[in-house]
Amino acid sequence: MSGEGAVKSQLILRPEFDRVPVDASSVGEVVRPLSWLQRLMDNALFRRGAILAALALIWQLYALWLHNSLLFPTLTDTIGVMVHDFADGTLLQRTEASLEVLLMGYAAGVALAAVLTTLAVSTRLGDDILSTLTAIFNPLPAIALLPLALIWFGLGTPSLIFVLVHGVLWAIALNTSSGFRSVPETLRMSGRNYGLSGVRYVVTILMPAAFPSILTGLKIGWAFAWRTLIAAELVFGVSSRSGGLGWYIFEAREELNTSSVFAGLLTVIIIGLLVESVLFRAIEARTVEKWGMQR
Amino acid sequence: MAQADQLVLEARGVTLQYKTPQHLVTATYRVDLEVFEGDRFVILGPSGCGKSTLLKAIGGFMAPIEGDIFLRGRKVVKPGPDRMMVFQEFEQLMPWKTALGNVLFPMHATGRFKGKEARERALSVLSKVGLSKFANSYPHMLSGGMKMRVAIARAMAMEPDILLMDEPFAALDALTRRRMQEDLLELWDQLRFTVLFVTHSIEEAILVGSRILVLSPHPGRVRAELNSSYVHGQPVDDASFGLLSKRIHKLVFEGETEAAKPGVHA
Ligand SMILES: Nc1ncnc2c1ncn2[C@@H]1O[C@H](COP(=O)(O)OP(=O)(O)OP(=O)(O)O)[C@@H](O)[C@H]1O
Ligand SMILES: [Mg+2]
Repeated sequence: MSGEGAVKSQLILRPEFDRVPVDASSVGEVVRPLSWLQRLMDNALFRRGAILAALALIWQLYALWLHNSLLFPTLTDTIGVMVHDFADGTLLQRTEASLEVLLMGYAAGVALAAVLTTLAVSTRLGDDILSTLTAIFNPLPAIALLPLALIWFGLGTPSLIFVLVHGVLWAIALNTSSGFRSVPETLRMSGRNYGLSGVRYVVTILMPAAFPSILTGLKIGWAFAWRTLIAAELVFGVSSRSGGLGWYIFEAREELNTSSVFAGLLTVIIIGLLVESVLFRAIEARTVEKWGMQR
Repeated sequence: MAQADQLVLEARGVTLQYKTPQHLVTATYRVDLEVFEGDRFVILGPSGCGKSTLLKAIGGFMAPIEGDIFLRGRKVVKPGPDRMMVFQEFEQLMPWKTALGNVLFPMHATGRFKGKEARERALSVLSKVGLSKFANSYPHMLSGGMKMRVAIARAMAMEPDILLMDEPFAALDALTRRRMQEDLLELWDQLRFTVLFVTHSIEEAILVGSRILVLSPHPGRVRAELNSSYVHGQPVDDASFGLLSKRIHKLVFEGETEAAKPGVHA
Protein backbone atom coordinates (compact mmCIF):
# COMPACT_ATOMS: atom_id res chain seq x y z
CA MET A 1 0.00 0.00 0.00
CA SER A 2 2.81 2.38 0.71
CA GLY A 3 4.27 1.90 -2.79
CA GLU A 4 5.40 4.73 -5.03
CA GLY A 5 2.15 4.88 -7.00
CA ALA A 6 -0.05 5.33 -3.95
CA VAL A 7 2.06 8.19 -2.72
CA LYS A 8 1.83 9.98 -6.05
CA SER A 9 -1.93 9.84 -6.27
CA GLN A 10 -2.40 11.17 -2.75
CA LEU A 11 -3.41 14.81 -2.27
CA ILE A 12 -0.78 16.81 -0.47
CA LEU A 13 -2.34 18.58 2.46
CA ARG A 14 -1.35 22.18 2.75
CA PRO A 15 -2.42 24.65 5.41
CA GLU A 16 -5.12 27.17 4.45
CA PHE A 17 -4.33 30.83 4.67
CA ASP A 18 -6.03 34.15 4.45
CA ARG A 19 -4.11 37.38 4.13
CA VAL A 20 -4.28 41.02 3.23
CA PRO A 21 -3.14 41.45 -0.39
CA VAL A 22 0.26 43.06 -0.76
CA ASP A 23 0.22 46.79 -1.23
CA ALA A 24 -0.14 47.50 -4.95
CA SER A 25 -0.69 51.24 -4.80
CA SER A 26 2.71 51.96 -6.27
CA VAL A 27 2.29 49.82 -9.38
CA GLY A 28 0.73 52.56 -11.46
CA GLU A 29 3.37 55.13 -10.64
CA VAL A 30 6.46 53.07 -11.19
CA VAL A 31 7.55 53.94 -14.67
CA ARG A 32 10.37 51.97 -16.17
CA PRO A 33 11.55 53.65 -19.34
CA LEU A 34 12.37 51.20 -22.12
CA SER A 35 15.92 51.32 -23.35
CA TRP A 36 16.44 53.23 -26.59
CA LEU A 37 17.23 49.99 -28.39
CA GLN A 38 13.97 48.41 -27.27
CA ARG A 39 12.03 51.48 -28.34
CA LEU A 40 13.75 51.49 -31.69
CA MET A 41 12.99 47.81 -32.28
CA ASP A 42 9.35 48.39 -31.36
CA ASN A 43 9.05 51.01 -34.05
CA ALA A 44 7.58 49.40 -37.18
CA LEU A 45 8.70 52.31 -39.32
CA PHE A 46 12.27 51.81 -38.18
CA ARG A 47 12.18 48.06 -38.82
CA ARG A 48 10.77 48.51 -42.30
CA GLY A 49 13.24 51.30 -42.95
CA ALA A 50 16.08 48.94 -42.01
CA ILE A 51 14.81 46.35 -44.50
CA LEU A 52 14.61 48.99 -47.20
CA ALA A 53 18.13 50.11 -46.42
CA ALA A 54 19.35 46.52 -46.66
CA LEU A 55 17.66 46.12 -50.06
CA ALA A 56 19.21 49.37 -51.24
CA LEU A 57 22.63 48.16 -50.16
CA ILE A 58 22.20 44.87 -52.02
CA TRP A 59 21.16 46.78 -55.15
CA GLN A 60 24.18 49.03 -54.93
CA LEU A 61 26.68 46.23 -54.31
CA TYR A 62 25.25 44.01 -57.06
CA ALA A 63 25.26 46.86 -59.58
CA LEU A 64 28.83 47.75 -58.68
CA TRP A 65 29.87 44.14 -59.06
CA LEU A 66 28.00 43.75 -62.39
CA HIS A 67 29.50 46.99 -63.65
CA ASN A 68 27.11 47.37 -66.60
CA SER A 69 25.14 50.58 -66.35
CA LEU A 70 23.20 49.76 -69.51
CA LEU A 71 21.69 46.68 -67.88
CA PHE A 72 21.67 47.56 -64.22
CA PRO A 73 22.72 51.03 -63.06
CA THR A 74 23.79 51.56 -59.48
CA LEU A 75 21.44 53.01 -56.91
CA THR A 76 23.54 56.13 -56.63
CA ASP A 77 23.39 56.69 -60.40
CA THR A 78 19.65 56.15 -60.36
CA ILE A 79 19.17 58.58 -57.51
CA GLY A 80 21.44 61.05 -59.27
CA VAL A 81 19.24 60.93 -62.38
CA MET A 82 16.13 61.17 -60.23
CA VAL A 83 17.38 64.23 -58.39
CA HIS A 84 18.48 65.84 -61.64
CA ASP A 85 15.19 65.18 -63.40
CA PHE A 86 13.17 66.32 -60.44
CA ALA A 87 15.25 69.46 -60.24
CA ASP A 88 14.79 70.33 -63.91
CA GLY A 89 11.10 69.60 -63.64
CA THR A 90 10.65 66.78 -66.16
CA LEU A 91 10.14 64.01 -63.64
CA LEU A 92 8.11 66.23 -61.35
CA GLN A 93 5.81 67.15 -64.23
CA ARG A 94 5.42 63.50 -65.24
CA THR A 95 4.65 62.50 -61.65
CA GLU A 96 2.10 65.27 -61.31
CA ALA A 97 0.43 64.25 -64.56
CA SER A 98 0.19 60.63 -63.41
CA LEU A 99 -1.09 61.48 -59.94
CA GLU A 100 -3.69 63.85 -61.31
CA VAL A 101 -5.19 61.21 -63.59
CA LEU A 102 -4.88 58.63 -60.86
CA LEU A 103 -6.74 60.71 -58.31
CA MET A 104 -9.55 61.45 -60.74
CA GLY A 105 -9.93 57.81 -61.67
CA TYR A 106 -9.64 56.61 -58.08
CA ALA A 107 -12.16 59.13 -56.78
CA ALA A 108 -14.61 58.26 -59.54
CA GLY A 109 -14.16 54.54 -58.82
CA VAL A 110 -14.68 55.00 -55.08
CA ALA A 111 -17.78 57.13 -55.61
CA LEU A 112 -19.28 54.60 -58.02
CA ALA A 113 -18.48 51.75 -55.65
CA ALA A 114 -20.17 53.62 -52.80
CA VAL A 115 -23.32 54.15 -54.85
CA LEU A 116 -23.41 50.55 -56.10
CA THR A 117 -22.84 48.95 -52.70
CA THR A 118 -25.39 51.23 -51.03
CA LEU A 119 -27.92 50.16 -53.64
CA ALA A 120 -26.87 46.57 -53.11
CA VAL A 121 -27.55 46.61 -49.36
CA SER A 122 -30.82 48.49 -49.73
CA THR A 123 -32.52 46.32 -52.33
CA ARG A 124 -32.32 42.72 -53.38
CA LEU A 125 -32.26 43.69 -57.06
CA GLY A 126 -29.29 45.97 -56.35
CA ASP A 127 -27.52 43.10 -54.62
CA ASP A 128 -28.13 40.76 -57.56
CA ILE A 129 -26.94 43.37 -60.03
CA LEU A 130 -23.79 44.12 -58.08
CA SER A 131 -22.81 40.50 -57.54
CA THR A 132 -23.39 39.65 -61.20
CA LEU A 133 -21.44 42.66 -62.46
CA THR A 134 -18.61 41.95 -60.03
CA ALA A 135 -18.45 38.33 -61.13
CA ILE A 136 -18.24 39.42 -64.76
CA PHE A 137 -15.80 42.29 -64.53
CA ASN A 138 -13.59 41.59 -61.54
CA PRO A 139 -11.52 38.90 -63.30
CA LEU A 140 -11.14 41.09 -66.42
CA PRO A 141 -7.73 42.85 -66.33
CA ALA A 142 -8.24 46.58 -66.55
CA ILE A 143 -5.56 46.93 -69.20
CA ALA A 144 -7.50 44.56 -71.47
CA LEU A 145 -10.16 47.23 -71.73
CA LEU A 146 -7.69 49.80 -73.01
CA PRO A 147 -8.21 49.05 -76.73
CA LEU A 148 -11.93 49.44 -76.22
CA ALA A 149 -11.39 52.66 -74.29
CA LEU A 150 -9.25 53.98 -77.13
CA ILE A 151 -12.02 53.27 -79.62
CA TRP A 152 -14.66 54.92 -77.44
CA PHE A 153 -12.81 57.87 -75.99
CA GLY A 154 -9.74 58.23 -78.17
CA LEU A 155 -6.23 58.93 -76.96
CA GLY A 156 -6.19 60.91 -73.77
CA THR A 157 -7.26 61.25 -70.19
CA PRO A 158 -10.86 59.98 -70.53
CA SER A 159 -9.59 56.61 -71.74
CA LEU A 160 -7.21 56.38 -68.81
CA ILE A 161 -9.93 57.26 -66.34
CA PHE A 162 -12.19 54.66 -67.88
CA VAL A 163 -9.71 51.85 -67.29
CA LEU A 164 -8.81 53.19 -63.85
CA VAL A 165 -12.44 53.18 -62.75
CA HIS A 166 -12.73 49.63 -63.96
CA GLY A 167 -9.59 48.69 -62.03
CA VAL A 168 -10.74 50.30 -58.80
CA LEU A 169 -14.49 49.80 -58.76
CA TRP A 170 -14.84 46.03 -58.52
CA ALA A 171 -12.16 45.47 -55.92
CA ILE A 172 -13.70 48.07 -53.64
CA ALA A 173 -17.27 46.98 -54.28
CA LEU A 174 -16.41 43.33 -53.64
CA ASN A 175 -14.65 44.03 -50.35
CA THR A 176 -17.22 46.54 -49.17
CA SER A 177 -20.19 44.31 -49.80
CA SER A 178 -18.52 41.32 -48.17
CA GLY A 179 -17.72 43.62 -45.24
CA PHE A 180 -21.36 44.69 -45.05
CA ARG A 181 -22.48 41.09 -45.05
CA SER A 182 -20.30 40.22 -42.08
CA VAL A 183 -21.61 42.99 -39.82
CA PRO A 184 -22.95 41.22 -36.69
CA GLU A 185 -26.70 40.78 -36.55
CA THR A 186 -26.99 42.41 -33.11
CA LEU A 187 -25.25 45.52 -34.36
CA ARG A 188 -27.64 45.75 -37.29
CA MET A 189 -30.58 45.24 -35.01
CA SER A 190 -29.48 47.92 -32.59
CA GLY A 191 -29.03 50.29 -35.52
CA ARG A 192 -32.54 49.64 -36.73
CA ASN A 193 -33.76 49.88 -33.15
CA TYR A 194 -32.99 53.61 -33.33
CA GLY A 195 -35.17 53.91 -36.40
CA LEU A 196 -32.26 54.25 -38.80
CA SER A 197 -32.88 53.16 -42.37
CA GLY A 198 -31.68 53.70 -45.93
CA VAL A 199 -28.60 55.81 -46.53
CA ARG A 200 -28.36 56.93 -42.88
CA TYR A 201 -28.26 53.32 -41.76
CA VAL A 202 -25.57 52.50 -44.30
CA VAL A 203 -23.44 55.52 -43.42
CA THR A 204 -23.74 55.44 -39.63
CA ILE A 205 -23.83 51.69 -38.95
CA LEU A 206 -22.75 49.53 -41.86
CA MET A 207 -19.86 51.61 -43.17
CA PRO A 208 -18.00 52.00 -39.86
CA ALA A 209 -18.77 48.41 -38.88
CA ALA A 210 -17.39 47.16 -42.20
CA PHE A 211 -14.52 49.63 -42.21
CA PRO A 212 -11.73 47.05 -41.98
CA SER A 213 -12.97 45.41 -45.20
CA ILE A 214 -13.61 48.76 -46.86
CA LEU A 215 -10.08 49.83 -46.07
CA THR A 216 -8.73 46.61 -47.54
CA GLY A 217 -10.79 47.31 -50.65
CA LEU A 218 -9.43 50.85 -50.85
CA LYS A 219 -5.87 49.56 -50.55
CA ILE A 220 -6.30 46.88 -53.19
CA GLY A 221 -8.09 49.39 -55.42
CA TRP A 222 -5.24 51.82 -54.99
CA ALA A 223 -2.64 49.23 -55.95
CA PHE A 224 -4.71 48.17 -58.99
CA ALA A 225 -5.14 51.77 -60.04
CA TRP A 226 -1.48 52.67 -59.78
CA ARG A 227 -0.41 49.56 -61.63
CA THR A 228 -3.02 49.99 -64.36
CA LEU A 229 -2.20 53.62 -64.88
CA ILE A 230 1.53 53.10 -65.35
CA ALA A 231 0.85 50.21 -67.71
CA ALA A 232 -1.66 52.23 -69.72
CA GLU A 233 0.73 55.15 -69.99
CA LEU A 234 3.42 52.82 -71.24
CA VAL A 235 1.09 51.75 -74.01
CA PHE A 236 -0.06 55.11 -75.22
CA GLY A 237 1.55 57.89 -73.28
CA VAL A 238 2.66 59.06 -76.77
CA SER A 239 -0.49 61.03 -77.32
CA SER A 240 -0.53 63.93 -74.97
CA ARG A 241 2.46 66.21 -74.49
CA SER A 242 2.05 65.96 -70.73
CA GLY A 243 2.53 62.20 -70.44
CA GLY A 244 2.85 60.56 -67.03
CA LEU A 245 5.46 58.42 -65.35
CA GLY A 246 4.77 55.49 -67.65
CA TRP A 247 5.54 57.71 -70.59
CA TYR A 248 8.73 58.89 -68.89
CA ILE A 249 9.89 55.28 -68.56
CA PHE A 250 8.88 54.55 -72.14
CA GLU A 251 10.83 57.52 -73.46
CA ALA A 252 13.90 56.59 -71.44
CA ARG A 253 13.85 53.08 -72.85
CA GLU A 254 13.64 54.40 -76.41
CA GLU A 255 16.81 56.35 -75.71
CA LEU A 256 18.42 53.32 -74.04
CA ASN A 257 18.79 55.50 -70.97
CA THR A 258 18.62 52.73 -68.38
CA SER A 259 19.32 54.98 -65.42
CA SER A 260 16.25 57.01 -66.31
CA VAL A 261 14.17 53.85 -66.66
CA PHE A 262 15.27 52.93 -63.17
CA ALA A 263 14.65 56.45 -61.89
CA GLY A 264 11.10 56.26 -63.25
CA LEU A 265 10.53 52.84 -61.73
CA LEU A 266 11.97 53.98 -58.42
CA THR A 267 9.60 56.95 -58.40
CA VAL A 268 6.67 54.61 -59.04
CA ILE A 269 7.81 52.38 -56.17
CA ILE A 270 8.41 55.27 -53.77
CA ILE A 271 4.99 56.76 -54.37
CA GLY A 272 3.42 53.33 -53.90
CA LEU A 273 5.32 52.84 -50.65
CA LEU A 274 4.45 56.28 -49.34
CA VAL A 275 0.74 55.86 -49.97
CA GLU A 276 0.74 52.36 -48.53
CA SER A 277 2.93 52.84 -45.48
CA VAL A 278 2.27 56.47 -44.66
CA LEU A 279 -1.23 57.36 -45.84
CA PHE A 280 -3.01 54.05 -45.34
CA ARG A 281 -1.02 53.28 -42.18
CA ALA A 282 -2.11 56.59 -40.70
CA ILE A 283 -5.72 55.89 -41.57
CA GLU A 284 -5.46 52.43 -40.01
CA ALA A 285 -3.90 53.71 -36.82
CA ARG A 286 -6.61 56.34 -36.43
CA THR A 287 -9.51 54.01 -37.19
CA VAL A 288 -9.55 50.22 -37.11
CA GLU A 289 -6.61 49.90 -34.73
CA LYS A 290 -7.89 52.51 -32.33
CA TRP A 291 -11.28 50.80 -32.34
CA GLY A 292 -9.75 47.40 -31.69
CA MET A 293 -11.25 45.99 -34.89
CA GLN A 294 -7.87 45.02 -36.30
CA ARG A 295 -4.49 44.48 -34.79
CA MET B 1 -59.98 51.97 -15.34
CA ALA B 2 -56.75 53.26 -13.90
CA GLN B 3 -55.01 50.04 -14.84
CA ALA B 4 -55.68 50.48 -18.52
CA ASP B 5 -53.56 53.66 -18.68
CA GLN B 6 -50.72 51.81 -17.09
CA LEU B 7 -50.74 49.03 -19.60
CA VAL B 8 -47.47 49.48 -21.46
CA LEU B 9 -47.20 46.41 -23.61
CA GLU B 10 -49.77 43.92 -24.71
CA ALA B 11 -49.46 40.82 -26.85
CA ARG B 12 -52.59 39.03 -28.01
CA GLY B 13 -52.39 35.53 -29.43
CA VAL B 14 -48.97 36.05 -30.94
CA THR B 15 -47.77 33.22 -33.17
CA LEU B 16 -44.32 33.53 -34.64
CA GLN B 17 -42.79 31.41 -37.34
CA TYR B 18 -39.52 31.12 -39.18
CA LYS B 19 -39.40 29.95 -42.77
CA THR B 20 -36.23 28.10 -43.58
CA PRO B 21 -35.64 26.45 -46.95
CA GLN B 22 -36.50 23.05 -45.45
CA HIS B 23 -38.88 23.78 -42.60
CA LEU B 24 -41.51 26.03 -41.23
CA VAL B 25 -40.55 26.45 -37.58
CA THR B 26 -43.16 27.70 -35.16
CA ALA B 27 -41.28 29.51 -32.41
CA THR B 28 -44.20 30.69 -30.27
CA TYR B 29 -47.85 29.79 -30.43
CA ARG B 30 -50.67 32.14 -29.38
CA VAL B 31 -48.81 33.89 -26.62
CA ASP B 32 -50.64 36.52 -24.57
CA LEU B 33 -48.96 38.87 -22.17
CA GLU B 34 -49.56 42.19 -20.50
CA VAL B 35 -46.82 44.36 -19.08
CA PHE B 36 -47.74 47.26 -16.82
CA GLU B 37 -45.89 50.43 -15.94
CA GLY B 38 -42.98 49.71 -13.64
CA ASP B 39 -43.11 45.94 -14.09
CA ARG B 40 -40.02 43.86 -14.03
CA PHE B 41 -41.61 41.35 -16.32
CA VAL B 42 -39.60 38.20 -16.91
CA ILE B 43 -40.13 35.74 -19.73
CA LEU B 44 -38.81 32.40 -18.62
CA GLY B 45 -38.63 29.21 -20.60
CA PRO B 46 -36.32 26.42 -21.64
CA SER B 47 -33.74 27.00 -24.33
CA GLY B 48 -35.23 27.15 -27.81
CA CYS B 49 -38.78 27.87 -26.67
CA GLY B 50 -38.94 31.11 -28.61
CA LYS B 51 -38.14 33.76 -26.02
CA SER B 52 -35.71 35.66 -28.21
CA THR B 53 -38.11 35.39 -31.11
CA LEU B 54 -40.90 36.86 -29.02
CA LEU B 55 -38.64 39.71 -27.97
CA LYS B 56 -37.67 40.31 -31.60
CA ALA B 57 -41.33 40.56 -32.51
CA ILE B 58 -41.96 43.02 -29.68
CA GLY B 59 -38.94 44.96 -30.88
CA GLY B 60 -40.63 45.16 -34.27
CA PHE B 61 -38.00 43.15 -36.13
CA MET B 62 -40.41 40.39 -37.03
CA ALA B 63 -44.13 40.37 -37.77
CA PRO B 64 -46.43 37.84 -36.09
CA ILE B 65 -48.19 35.29 -38.32
CA GLU B 66 -51.20 35.62 -36.11
CA GLY B 67 -52.09 38.00 -33.30
CA ASP B 68 -50.99 41.55 -32.51
CA ILE B 69 -48.61 43.41 -30.29
CA PHE B 70 -49.52 46.82 -28.88
CA LEU B 71 -47.27 49.35 -27.23
CA ARG B 72 -49.31 51.86 -25.26
CA GLY B 73 -52.28 50.97 -27.43
CA ARG B 74 -50.45 51.48 -30.72
CA LYS B 75 -49.79 48.46 -32.87
CA VAL B 76 -46.13 47.52 -33.22
CA VAL B 77 -45.14 47.43 -36.89
CA LYS B 78 -41.47 48.35 -37.00
CA PRO B 79 -38.47 48.89 -34.73
CA GLY B 80 -38.31 52.15 -32.86
CA PRO B 81 -36.54 53.88 -29.99
CA ASP B 82 -39.64 53.63 -27.78
CA ARG B 83 -38.50 50.05 -27.18
CA MET B 84 -34.78 49.85 -26.51
CA MET B 85 -33.20 46.43 -26.85
CA VAL B 86 -30.29 45.08 -24.87
CA PHE B 87 -28.86 41.89 -26.30
CA GLN B 88 -26.79 39.10 -24.93
CA GLU B 89 -23.87 39.67 -27.27
CA PHE B 90 -21.17 42.23 -26.71
CA GLU B 91 -21.14 43.11 -30.42
CA GLN B 92 -24.18 45.27 -29.92
CA LEU B 93 -21.83 48.13 -29.00
CA MET B 94 -20.32 50.13 -31.81
CA PRO B 95 -16.58 49.47 -31.62
CA TRP B 96 -15.80 52.75 -33.35
CA LYS B 97 -17.39 54.82 -30.63
CA THR B 98 -16.33 55.35 -27.03
CA ALA B 99 -18.63 54.34 -24.18
CA LEU B 100 -19.94 57.91 -24.14
CA GLY B 101 -20.26 57.92 -27.93
CA ASN B 102 -22.26 54.73 -27.78
CA VAL B 103 -24.67 56.20 -25.26
CA LEU B 104 -24.96 59.41 -27.25
CA PHE B 105 -25.50 57.71 -30.58
CA PRO B 106 -29.19 56.77 -30.30
CA MET B 107 -29.95 60.15 -28.72
CA HIS B 108 -28.51 61.93 -31.72
CA ALA B 109 -29.73 59.42 -34.29
CA THR B 110 -33.32 59.82 -33.17
CA GLY B 111 -32.94 63.52 -32.49
CA ARG B 112 -34.60 63.09 -29.14
CA PHE B 113 -31.87 64.69 -27.14
CA LYS B 114 -29.38 67.18 -28.51
CA GLY B 115 -26.19 69.01 -27.71
CA LYS B 116 -25.31 69.70 -24.13
CA GLU B 117 -28.45 68.16 -22.74
CA ALA B 118 -27.69 64.85 -24.44
CA ARG B 119 -24.12 64.89 -23.16
CA GLU B 120 -25.16 65.58 -19.62
CA ARG B 121 -27.79 62.86 -19.73
CA ALA B 122 -25.32 60.37 -21.15
CA LEU B 123 -22.72 61.17 -18.51
CA SER B 124 -25.25 60.92 -15.73
CA VAL B 125 -26.51 57.53 -16.93
CA LEU B 126 -22.94 56.30 -17.29
CA SER B 127 -22.23 57.33 -13.73
CA LYS B 128 -25.40 55.50 -12.61
CA VAL B 129 -24.01 52.28 -14.04
CA GLY B 130 -20.63 53.07 -12.47
CA LEU B 131 -18.70 53.85 -15.61
CA SER B 132 -17.87 57.54 -15.24
CA LYS B 133 -14.17 56.83 -15.41
CA PHE B 134 -14.52 54.85 -18.62
CA ALA B 135 -16.66 57.29 -20.59
CA ASN B 136 -13.87 57.84 -23.08
CA SER B 137 -12.76 54.23 -23.43
CA TYR B 138 -13.49 52.23 -26.53
CA PRO B 139 -15.48 49.02 -26.10
CA HIS B 140 -12.49 46.79 -26.81
CA MET B 141 -10.80 48.21 -23.74
CA LEU B 142 -13.71 47.30 -21.46
CA SER B 143 -14.42 44.02 -19.70
CA GLY B 144 -17.51 41.99 -20.59
CA GLY B 145 -19.47 43.29 -17.61
CA MET B 146 -18.53 46.87 -18.42
CA LYS B 147 -19.67 46.47 -22.02
CA MET B 148 -22.99 45.20 -20.78
CA ARG B 149 -23.28 48.22 -18.50
CA VAL B 150 -22.66 50.51 -21.48
CA ALA B 151 -25.39 48.72 -23.43
CA ILE B 152 -27.78 49.09 -20.52
CA ALA B 153 -26.86 52.73 -20.01
CA ARG B 154 -27.38 53.38 -23.72
CA ALA B 155 -30.83 51.85 -23.64
CA MET B 156 -31.80 53.55 -20.42
CA ALA B 157 -30.65 57.00 -21.46
CA MET B 158 -33.33 57.00 -24.15
CA GLU B 159 -36.07 56.65 -21.53
CA PRO B 160 -37.96 54.11 -23.63
CA ASP B 161 -41.50 53.07 -22.82
CA ILE B 162 -40.09 49.66 -22.18
CA LEU B 163 -36.62 48.20 -21.93
CA LEU B 164 -36.27 44.87 -23.72
CA MET B 165 -33.45 42.71 -22.40
CA ASP B 166 -32.60 39.37 -24.00
CA GLU B 167 -30.51 37.34 -21.54
CA PRO B 168 -28.30 40.38 -21.01
CA PHE B 169 -26.15 38.68 -18.38
CA ALA B 170 -25.89 35.23 -19.93
CA ALA B 171 -22.45 35.86 -21.41
CA LEU B 172 -21.01 37.00 -18.08
CA ASP B 173 -19.29 34.93 -15.41
CA ALA B 174 -21.34 33.97 -12.37
CA LEU B 175 -19.88 36.59 -10.02
CA THR B 176 -20.29 39.46 -12.46
CA ARG B 177 -23.79 38.25 -13.28
CA ARG B 178 -24.80 38.51 -9.63
CA ARG B 179 -23.37 41.99 -9.38
CA MET B 180 -25.21 43.06 -12.52
CA GLN B 181 -28.50 41.61 -11.32
CA GLU B 182 -28.21 43.51 -8.06
CA ASP B 183 -27.18 46.69 -9.85
CA LEU B 184 -30.14 46.39 -12.19
CA LEU B 185 -32.48 46.13 -9.23
CA GLU B 186 -30.83 49.10 -7.60
CA LEU B 187 -31.27 51.13 -10.77
CA TRP B 188 -34.89 50.07 -10.93
CA ASP B 189 -35.38 51.22 -7.34
CA GLN B 190 -34.09 54.64 -8.37
CA LEU B 191 -35.76 55.04 -11.73
CA ARG B 192 -38.75 52.66 -11.81
CA PHE B 193 -38.50 51.92 -15.50
CA THR B 194 -40.52 49.19 -17.18
CA VAL B 195 -38.45 46.24 -18.24
CA LEU B 196 -39.12 43.02 -20.10
CA PHE B 197 -36.39 40.57 -19.24
CA VAL B 198 -35.77 37.27 -20.98
CA THR B 199 -33.90 34.48 -19.25
CA HIS B 200 -33.72 30.73 -19.05
CA SER B 201 -32.40 30.76 -15.51
CA ILE B 202 -35.04 30.23 -12.83
CA GLU B 203 -32.82 31.82 -10.22
CA GLU B 204 -32.31 34.92 -12.33
CA ALA B 205 -36.02 35.14 -13.05
CA ILE B 206 -36.86 35.17 -9.36
CA LEU B 207 -34.05 37.57 -8.48
CA VAL B 208 -34.78 40.10 -11.19
CA GLY B 209 -38.49 39.76 -11.82
CA SER B 210 -41.60 41.09 -10.19
CA ARG B 211 -43.77 38.95 -12.42
CA ILE B 212 -42.72 35.84 -14.29
CA LEU B 213 -44.28 34.47 -17.45
CA VAL B 214 -43.41 30.83 -17.85
CA LEU B 215 -43.36 29.51 -21.41
CA SER B 216 -43.68 25.87 -22.32
CA PRO B 217 -40.94 24.08 -24.26
CA HIS B 218 -40.85 24.59 -27.99
CA PRO B 219 -43.12 25.88 -29.50
CA GLY B 220 -43.43 28.45 -26.72
CA ARG B 221 -46.91 28.69 -25.26
CA VAL B 222 -47.99 30.39 -22.09
CA ARG B 223 -47.66 27.95 -19.22
CA ALA B 224 -48.19 30.18 -16.19
CA GLU B 225 -47.75 33.68 -14.89
CA LEU B 226 -46.51 34.14 -11.34
CA ASN B 227 -45.88 36.97 -8.93
CA SER B 228 -42.41 37.04 -7.52
CA SER B 229 -42.12 40.51 -6.06
CA TYR B 230 -42.70 39.14 -2.58
CA VAL B 231 -39.30 37.42 -2.74
CA HIS B 232 -37.67 40.71 -3.67
CA GLY B 233 -35.09 41.62 -1.07
CA GLN B 234 -35.01 38.14 0.46
CA PRO B 235 -31.74 36.26 0.47
CA VAL B 236 -31.34 33.54 -2.13
CA ASP B 237 -31.26 30.81 0.51
CA ASP B 238 -34.59 31.97 1.97
CA ALA B 239 -37.36 29.38 2.10
CA SER B 240 -39.76 31.44 -0.05
CA PHE B 241 -37.13 31.62 -2.76
CA GLY B 242 -36.64 27.86 -2.73
CA LEU B 243 -40.37 27.18 -2.84
CA LEU B 244 -40.98 29.48 -5.77
CA SER B 245 -37.99 28.06 -7.55
CA LYS B 246 -39.30 24.50 -7.10
CA ARG B 247 -42.73 25.53 -8.32
CA ILE B 248 -41.32 27.10 -11.46
CA HIS B 249 -39.04 24.15 -12.02
CA LYS B 250 -42.05 21.87 -12.07
CA LEU B 251 -43.93 24.17 -14.44
CA VAL B 252 -41.03 24.31 -16.84
CA PHE B 253 -40.04 20.69 -16.92
CA GLU B 254 -43.16 18.62 -16.33
CA GLY B 255 -44.64 17.08 -19.47
CA GLU B 256 -41.63 18.29 -21.41
CA THR B 257 -41.43 15.17 -23.52
CA GLU B 258 -44.86 15.31 -25.16
CA ALA B 259 -44.76 19.05 -25.61
CA ALA B 260 -41.46 19.03 -27.43
CA LYS B 261 -42.74 17.06 -30.41
CA PRO B 262 -44.96 19.44 -32.39
CA GLY B 263 -43.76 22.69 -33.86
CA VAL B 264 -41.79 21.59 -36.89
CA HIS B 265 -44.09 21.14 -39.85
CA ALA B 266 -42.75 19.71 -43.06
N1 LIG C 1 -33.26 32.62 -37.75
C1 LIG C 1 -33.93 31.47 -37.50
N2 LIG C 1 -34.33 30.69 -38.53
C2 LIG C 1 -35.03 29.57 -38.30
N3 LIG C 1 -35.37 29.13 -37.09
C3 LIG C 1 -35.01 29.85 -36.04
C4 LIG C 1 -34.27 31.07 -36.18
N4 LIG C 1 -34.03 31.58 -34.96
C5 LIG C 1 -34.61 30.72 -34.09
N5 LIG C 1 -35.19 29.69 -34.72
C6 LIG C 1 -35.92 28.59 -34.10
O1 LIG C 1 -36.96 29.15 -33.35
C7 LIG C 1 -37.05 28.51 -32.11
C8 LIG C 1 -36.97 29.53 -30.99
O2 LIG C 1 -35.71 30.15 -31.01
P1 LIG C 1 -35.32 31.29 -30.00
O3 LIG C 1 -33.98 31.80 -30.40
O4 LIG C 1 -36.41 32.30 -29.93
O5 LIG C 1 -35.20 30.49 -28.64
P2 LIG C 1 -34.87 31.03 -27.18
O6 LIG C 1 -36.02 30.72 -26.33
O7 LIG C 1 -34.41 32.42 -27.22
O8 LIG C 1 -33.68 30.08 -26.75
P3 LIG C 1 -32.38 30.41 -25.87
O9 LIG C 1 -32.83 30.42 -24.46
O10 LIG C 1 -31.47 29.25 -26.16
O11 LIG C 1 -31.85 31.71 -26.34
C9 LIG C 1 -35.96 27.46 -32.05
O12 LIG C 1 -36.53 26.22 -32.29
C10 LIG C 1 -35.04 27.84 -33.15
O13 LIG C 1 -34.54 26.67 -33.77
MG1 LIG D 1 -32.51 33.43 -26.94
